[in-house]
Amino acid sequence: MSDQGAALGARLRKRDLSAAPATLNLLESTTAADREQAAALLHEVSPAALNQEAPGHIVGITGPPGAGKSTLLSALLHAWRAQEESVAMLAVDPSSRQSGGSLLGDRARIDFDPADRGVFIRSTAAGERLGGLAWGTRAAAQALAAAFDVVVIETVGVGQAETDIADVADTVAVVVQPGSGDALQFLKSGIMEIPDVLVVTKADLGQVAISARRDLSAALRSLGSRSTPVIAVSSLPPPSGVEELVQALGVHRANLDLSERRLRARRGGALTDFANEHGERGLRALGGRTAARSWLAEQDRGCSEAALVELLERRMGR
Amino acid sequence: MMRTYAGHSTAKASNELYRGNLAKGQTGLSVAFDLPTQTGYDPDDELARGEVGKVGVPVSHRGDMATLMQGIPLGEMNTSMTINATAAWLLALYIVAAEEHDVPQEQLQGTTQNDIIKEFLARGTYAFPPAPSMRLIADMIAYTVEHVPKWNPINICSYHLQEAGATPVQEIAYAMSNAIAVLDAARERIDASPAHSSEELMGQVFGRISFFVNAGVRFIEEHAKLRAMGILWEELGRERYGVHDQRQLRFRYGVQVNSLGLTEAQPENNVQRIVLETLAVTLGRDARARAIQLPAWNEALGLPRPWDQQWSLRIQQVMAYETDILEYPDIFAGSKVMEGLVAELLEGARAEMAVVAEHGGAVEAVPYMKAALVDSHRERLRRIESGEQVVVGQNRFTETEPSPLTDDAEGGILVVDHAVEAEAIEAVRRWRSERDQSAVDSALAELARVARSDDPHENLMLPTIAAARAGATTGEWSQTLREVFGSYRAPTGVGEAASAPAGDQDLAELREEVARLQEQLGRRPKILVGKPGLDGHSNGAEQIAVRARDAGMDVVYEGIRLTPSQIAASALQEGVHVIGLSILSGSHRELIPAVIDALHEAGVDVPVVVGGIIPEQDVAPLKQAGVAAVYTPKDFDITRIMRDIVELVGAGIPAAA
Repeated sequence: MSDQGAALGARLRKRDLSAAPATLNLLESTTAADREQAAALLHEVSPAALNQEAPGHIVGITGPPGAGKSTLLSALLHAWRAQEESVAMLAVDPSSRQSGGSLLGDRARIDFDPADRGVFIRSTAAGERLGGLAWGTRAAAQALAAAFDVVVIETVGVGQAETDIADVADTVAVVVQPGSGDALQFLKSGIMEIPDVLVVTKADLGQVAISARRDLSAALRSLGSRSTPVIAVSSLPPPSGVEELVQALGVHRANLDLSERRLRARRGGALTDFANEHGERGLRALGGRTAARSWLAEQDRGCSEAALVELLERRMGR
Repeated sequence: MMRTYAGHSTAKASNELYRGNLAKGQTGLSVAFDLPTQTGYDPDDELARGEVGKVGVPVSHRGDMATLMQGIPLGEMNTSMTINATAAWLLALYIVAAEEHDVPQEQLQGTTQNDIIKEFLARGTYAFPPAPSMRLIADMIAYTVEHVPKWNPINICSYHLQEAGATPVQEIAYAMSNAIAVLDAARERIDASPAHSSEELMGQVFGRISFFVNAGVRFIEEHAKLRAMGILWEELGRERYGVHDQRQLRFRYGVQVNSLGLTEAQPENNVQRIVLETLAVTLGRDARARAIQLPAWNEALGLPRPWDQQWSLRIQQVMAYETDILEYPDIFAGSKVMEGLVAELLEGARAEMAVVAEHGGAVEAVPYMKAALVDSHRERLRRIESGEQVVVGQNRFTETEPSPLTDDAEGGILVVDHAVEAEAIEAVRRWRSERDQSAVDSALAELARVARSDDPHENLMLPTIAAARAGATTGEWSQTLREVFGSYRAPTGVGEAASAPAGDQDLAELREEVARLQEQLGRRPKILVGKPGLDGHSNGAEQIAVRARDAGMDVVYEGIRLTPSQIAASALQEGVHVIGLSILSGSHRELIPAVIDALHEAGVDVPVVVGGIIPEQDVAPLKQAGVAAVYTPKDFDITRIMRDIVELVGAGIPAAA
């Protein structure tokens, strides 16, 4: 029996960034043997093993296609690297074809130094999964947060996608471009949950960007959220707003009850995974979703998500 | 005018080649620059590795330009330069070289290609983002109209669009949309200039814009395409730009006939293809090319030798001097068939131009046009693979006798001496150490200042010429502007490409194969498609990427111009199962082993396959370096290549798993 999973987990716990590629290869795999190793890996980086929540900041960044996310991510990457923070980026591509294959082009849009060991970028396809995340992305974010200072999950969409990303990220930033009314409409109609940070790109467009920022701020106020920052950024030289955004993300994280948010994320994620795997029949065996949720709330706070899924499965088979 | 596109190795060797070609009856020069010069790097730059002197001549400074033009009467010569991102710089070097021979710039005749939009779309030798690139073009137009009046500052190229798969309708529509973007940018410059009557100046600018088109083997339709372009051009001049002078309204074009359709299999057949393609641009006088250059029969094999180029020149000479093609007025006047064809193309092109306009014009529509071209090219390949489109010697009538043309030691092509690169590196370093550095520094500082300025009266040509005179290098000029303008990656077009049409049995079987492989691997098979080096011919890589997706794989494709270390970092981080590399510029012997070394260093142990224009004798050394398989233009069945790749990945799985 190999101890590959546990060994990788131990390397991550020691903040060995070079463990990232093999970690992803394992966590994305669906074979039974790999899943067993993956569970061992996740156990090594669980709060129980770390004696605390994984220290990295998990940031979710989402927005519609063409909103300028890639350019923004390049700028953020440079800002974080300038502060010597290590960064892992998990770019989730929504493309799903009848062939099942996908073209992962996002990497090309992010400008970074290939010799820089403090940066890790991985692209994955969401495939047929609902909710915008790829198989293994949540587990990967939780594992990499043990080693990297910042873990970014990038997804595409406005409206539904960020609810899934909110299940795993400490801080969710929604990116919109000026002139597209979608975000405003979704906010007002309640389709979109209020993000932790709103980013308006292409601030170089001038008046359009200024009014977009004003409209969004007004909408947030009318929804009773006075604290959500709305930040305008421009990636064109001279870039602006990026420092401010980095700061806003940091402030949100500092004011967060991290262990509560992570705990909620792990329990919610475990239930989602269980339901994906075993369907309604599986949930009925647990006495329904609500019963399952309250049963999960009684389990050890330090359990990894994978361990929680295993507990649920054991309970189902009881 | 008769030319051959030529240049390789060094300025000195190319100068000898030009003088030889002129002695054989060629009437103008067509300069091919190497990729580092085209993309703005000196020979000693990391990215220039393996590319120096390969597809053209390296020109790093005014000394190289003087050597290149040694003994050629610049006051009388008509020189066409295939140069785009760095066109302003090469024109400046040409002006300075002429100045040294007391030839004033007013006398210089020729063309700089200078069409950046098609570089974003099809050819890949861009250096700066779209907006500053358009500014450079507008500045050159404004400068030459006034100071180098016989120069064609820009040549709208639809040539490369057809090479990238454009249909005749797309070629017309994108060329015209591109011209509109350029003319609109020039008009802004002109309106800002108080010195002239802007209407008169606009007419002059319009009259100086020429085109560079492609002509395929379906030569009747191709001729109709050129007639349609003439009609649209005149219409555009009158209606959009208020031009009335009949001479200024004339559609002027040069041509290089189609290379895309030239085959590696039975390459001698390319000679008749070239002849037929030439008919497309010569048959009817009302739409006849002003300058023709013909590719060589062995282009799909490697670099043509002087003898191969002579053969292409002789084709033109036979047509011009032996046939009666030039003796009649327009032979299609009154032809119902031709009129119908032209009308059909016009209708299609107008509709497509409207789509580009809706996207906000050619600059904004680059991603849309790119995706459309990738789709067209895929459709073309599908027809060839299925046999719907016959390519003699390739997918039909493939039996052949051994060819006496390709049985020499080099395989019937030119092999550039590998010492050329080291010499060029040495030479550019010597140049830098021997010049007046403070003069160069202040010239580049002035260039940067003008580049940062948004005053429309500040023209980048002036500090560019001053920097050329001071002895700055190609890499220094470009780097100065990159620092101000930022760098840029063009869209790859593959993400938007439509799914494969249903009902392709081979592809369906392959998908099942991929699904089985996925179960074994635990993950969907993932492939990295990479283009190392400066070669921008991305059609092949794009088609491989799209087909791999259609076969059910996850595909990481980052576009062109990657260093070996970038490719290795991507392969490691993305956890790919196989790597496909594409090179068409002839630098595979240096770059492929460099990528494999970088992969070893990164600890990535997955199979590497290579595609491109790879001469037969290079296959064995590549395999020795660790390449699992090599594909060349004769392997036109991409689904089959995919099947090989899937097998290769499957063979790497340990049996116990």
